[in-house]
Amino acid sequence: MVGHDKILQELARIPYAETLGLKPLFIGEEFTLVMPYVESNIGNPTLPALHGGSISGLMEMAAIIQLLINQNAERPLPKPIGINVDYLRKGHPKDTYARAAIFKQGSRVANVRVQAWQDDYDKPIAAMQGHYLMSKTD
Amino acid sequence: MASNDFIQKLWELGPTLAEHTPHGKKLGIKFVAVDKGRATMSLPYNPGLIGDPDTRVLHGGAVTTLLDQACGLAAIAGFDEPSACATLNLSIDYMRAAKPGETIIAQAHCYKTTKHVAFLRAVAHDGDESDPVAMAQATFMATGLRPKDAKAW
Repeated sequence: MVGHDKILQELARIPYAETLGLKPLFIGEEFTLVMPYVESNIGNPTLPALHGGSISGLMEMAAIIQLLINQNAERPLPKPIGINVDYLRKGHPKDTYARAAIFKQGSRVANVRVQAWQDDYDKPIAAMQGHYLMSKTD
Repeated sequence: MASNDFIQKLWELGPTLAEHTPHGKKLGIKFVAVDKGRATMSLPYNPGLIGDPDTRVLHGGAVTTLLDQACGLAAIAGFDEPSACATLNLSIDYMRAAKPGETIIAQAHCYKTTKHVAFLRAVAHDGDESDPVAMAQATFMATGLRPKDAKAW
């Protein structure tokens, strides 16, 4: 398992994470990725609502970081094979959270599920399922 | 609205819909073309969208955003009447890494609409459509027009 400090360092090296303004949050061993509200993540200014792409970007990043936490080395990064995103509720202009669970970790492929929410974890705004290609690390 | 007038209006509004949403602007998404049920947008290479600093390959999320945005415009262009559209589901296969430095082009096709739902397919490539970076299948929901948006039509 990769330590929290290494994960923080790795996230800081990824420009796309900074573009979205992502912040990692560790509570014990549980990892949550936070996307604090910024106007540049809005997709529809008249509603207003977050862009589906920024919500998906948050969840895709949460999946990759969760896989890093569970593998033996922080590099190379897992590569996405395919994702499926369900948009369940409007993304309000406020802080958004994502938490990933690894459903199956194979030697080459991992299946990850991610949930994104705002005020209430039980009222997710989006859910994602993805397959990632893992690099052989040992 | 007559079909030709509708498409004409989409050509006028397309750049606004693509480039002037705050997130589209942040990423640098550009409007390319629109037709009945079809839309094309591009994303010039931007170091701020790198997902892997070792390879300088763009993050999957940036490609997802471009595909979502192109599908959204194709969905609007797929309905007979002007309406805002919200993403219900987006399924993406990443075939290969986008080449660092290359512009990504997304072409979306709305192949079926019901009263409220649009069904779409889209491809993202970096110059050669037969060698895609990613492909998407999506469903969007027509959510009607807010008075503020209706004025634009």
